[in-house]
Amino acid sequence: MEQVAKINKKSVAQFAQNNAITIIMVLIALFVGISEPNFFSFGNFKNLSVNTAVRFVIALGVSGALITKGTDLSAGRLVGLGACIAATLLQRSDFSTKLFPNLPDLSILLVVVITMTICGLFGFANGAVISFLKVPPFIATLGMQTLVYGICLVYTGAKPIGGLRSDYTKIAIGSIFGIPYLLIIAVVCGILMWFLYNKTKHGKYMYAIGGNENAAEVAGVNTSKVKIRIYTLAAMLYALGGILLAAKAGGTSVNMGAGYELEAIAACTIGGVSTNGGVGRVSGILIGVLVFELLKISLQFLGVETSYTYIVQGLVIIIAVALDLRKYLAKK
Amino acid sequence: MSDFLLEMNGICKSFPGVKALDHATLRVRPGTVHALVGENGAGKSTLMKCLFGIYSKDEGEIIIDGKPTQIVNPFDALTKGIAMVHQELQPIMERSIAENIYCGRFPMKYHLFIDHKKMYEDTERLLKEVKMNFDPQVKLSTLSVSQMQSVEIAKAVSADARIIIMDEPTSSLTQNEVDNLFEIINLLRKKGISIIYISHKMDEILSISDDVTIMRDGQYIGTWEAKELTIDMIVTKMVGRELKNLFPPKSNVPGEVIFEVQELTSITEKSFKNVSFQLRKGEILGIGGLVGAQRSELVEAIFGIRGIKTGTITYKGKQIKIRRPHDAISQGIALLTEDRRATGIFGVLSIAENVSIASLDQYVDFHFILNNRKIEKLVQDNVKKLHIKTPSSKTKIQSLSGGNQQKVIISRWLANDPDILILDEPTRGIDVGAKYEIYTIIAELAKQGKSIVMISSELPELIGMSDRIIVMCAGKISGEVEKEEATQENIMSLATKFA
Repeated sequence: MEQVAKINKKSVAQFAQNNAITIIMVLIALFVGISEPNFFSFGNFKNLSVNTAVRFVIALGVSGALITKGTDLSAGRLVGLGACIAATLLQRSDFSTKLFPNLPDLSILLVVVITMTICGLFGFANGAVISFLKVPPFIATLGMQTLVYGICLVYTGAKPIGGLRSDYTKIAIGSIFGIPYLLIIAVVCGILMWFLYNKTKHGKYMYAIGGNENAAEVAGVNTSKVKIRIYTLAAMLYALGGILLAAKAGGTSVNMGAGYELEAIAACTIGGVSTNGGVGRVSGILIGVLVFELLKISLQFLGVETSYTYIVQGLVIIIAVALDLRKYLAKK
Repeated sequence: MSDFLLEMNGICKSFPGVKALDHATLRVRPGTVHALVGENGAGKSTLMKCLFGIYSKDEGEIIIDGKPTQIVNPFDALTKGIAMVHQELQPIMERSIAENIYCGRFPMKYHLFIDHKKMYEDTERLLKEVKMNFDPQVKLSTLSVSQMQSVEIAKAVSADARIIIMDEPTSSLTQNEVDNLFEIINLLRKKGISIIYISHKMDEILSISDDVTIMRDGQYIGTWEAKELTIDMIVTKMVGRELKNLFPPKSNVPGEVIFEVQELTSITEKSFKNVSFQLRKGEILGIGGLVGAQRSELVEAIFGIRGIKTGTITYKGKQIKIRRPHDAISQGIALLTEDRRATGIFGVLSIAENVSIASLDQYVDFHFILNNRKIEKLVQDNVKKLHIKTPSSKTKIQSLSGGNQQKVIISRWLANDPDILILDEPTRGIDVGAKYEIYTIIAELAKQGKSIVMISSELPELIGMSDRIIVMCAGKISGEVEKEEATQENIMSLATKFA
């Protein structure tokens, strides 16, 4: 017999506490929606879904690091590197300041593979440094953040990259049956990651490392291997995010993706990925990203100046983590 | 004015699944050494943690100098004249003796600067009081364990403590160091300070203490003057039940030698050296010894958690190399580690995940998809077989009691069907009922022909369960005792052979 969860005062209070930040933000969105009629329009919805799609892919990457009690601060810069590599390889042949003037038109799929492989190598380096040199993830990926930025500057000569091929930019603006390609790509990524987290040994080992790394090692888990896989896969997802972002913007520069790691970490935390490790679901990450994007759009609609939105976003990140940690403190 | 400096009356404290203290009582006279004795898990340390403000008691009252008092945290306890010398010392290794003593309450100049001159002078005076002629500026990391303990005592004295709690202070000391400690204790007693002394060593208790309070299963049994007591009387009151029914009947028959360790030496200087032993099929081999005898280090090295410098391991006639736990597991060896929280459970994960983590290879379809139905069956089988009390397989393991958590970890290893199970303190922190169940599981496994290595610090358990006992002391094997001739006395004398 299944036990049916009873809805009572206590369970409602519990739910409210566990999802406080989500509830508050949905309320804000509702408030904005009621006061600004354009908020609930198809155009706005599409805008939201497309913004969410790319952020979701990046947040999925960061989530693995967070679940294993680590973090990945190199995410944003790797997004930028991914965007720059893809963009430079997919410029129009008639574009006057093309970085590689003699480069033939490469297939997009090939460029995606090249970009994800190169970024993946940096992720592999992250994982190896964390596993074998025992450098704390915070420091290792902070170093990688600056390093990758430097490489990106050298590669592009700090010049903006424009003149992207139309078949490339179509990825971002095109749609099938009214569903944007971006959304489809994000959904596929989400499903693959859900499968990885819930149906494979890799997923179980990842949660085990987050729950108790020493115990995982004793239980025969090769923790180094699992962590290297996590950071490599993460970097490949950042690369994909970068490819999509460049397509969406129709061009890119070295500053593409800067600061995205913090948004991704915040979204994961809002979505219930615990900074204490071992806890986090793909569905939660999706909700976290949605809520965070909803907040940004709501602020836009309210006419809050961009400078101020940073202040609000910063506060939300701190509050989200504080609330998350409270859940675990209360249990002691 | 009350006769007692400290009174703790009717103290109750529960943890999920365990009632650790059930109306415990302790009354300490001023200027006395008051021994607090009881088996492991009797609630001594819990009672002291309630007194020192580490735990908050559920019920009961604490009276100091006749005045009812609430103690909310360790700092509060210190200001009320209570200090604790912990079982495991927690010094700040890279700072000086003086800084360790005055950390948190440095003497100040103009309320702004630390008065280093005064701090060092006061420390020097304090150290002399505890018979320690050390430079106050020496770093703590250069001291021995017993010297660190003296520093800890000096710290208590400097805080004007009137009650000093010592939790197993002699567990890792040599006889000389124990004599030294007793000298300090006598000095403190003369100054009118009361000492609550927790120890398992009966002769020490009788020689140093004035009063003895005995606890059993979280309850107060009584208080006697030490001179009225003998060791036998204390043990009888401590155990309070027939030793006969503590262990299940065993019907295992040890067979041929299956596993052999030769001349194993650790890569760490002060750890185990030249250890050799054999293990038979279907045998329960006990490893006895005091805390610090390097027993856990030995089995963890065999399992690949720690490094080995020299020596060989032979298993089923072949020499094997184990570099990491995964190698040991794939050979059919399992290790239940000593510290369940640190290296056993995944607190935030479910029972199912905790049971299956070491054997996931058996439950994959098409080489990579986990078969949740098979995992669920494994979990349900184990829940039934080992009587794990849990609402569901999705329950987080951290909400179970210690005994049930231990059974979950045992299930994890049984899922791999190992030939050798190494159990490091398998019943630590588990209440009496669950202990018996664990013993039954161990006896059953041995009967099935599995070989068991069991480390235990509880002598009755070691003698009650083992077919053969090897005893370690200071990293070496100091002797071997067959079941028939094993007594607490001969094991203890082997355990302290090189001390």
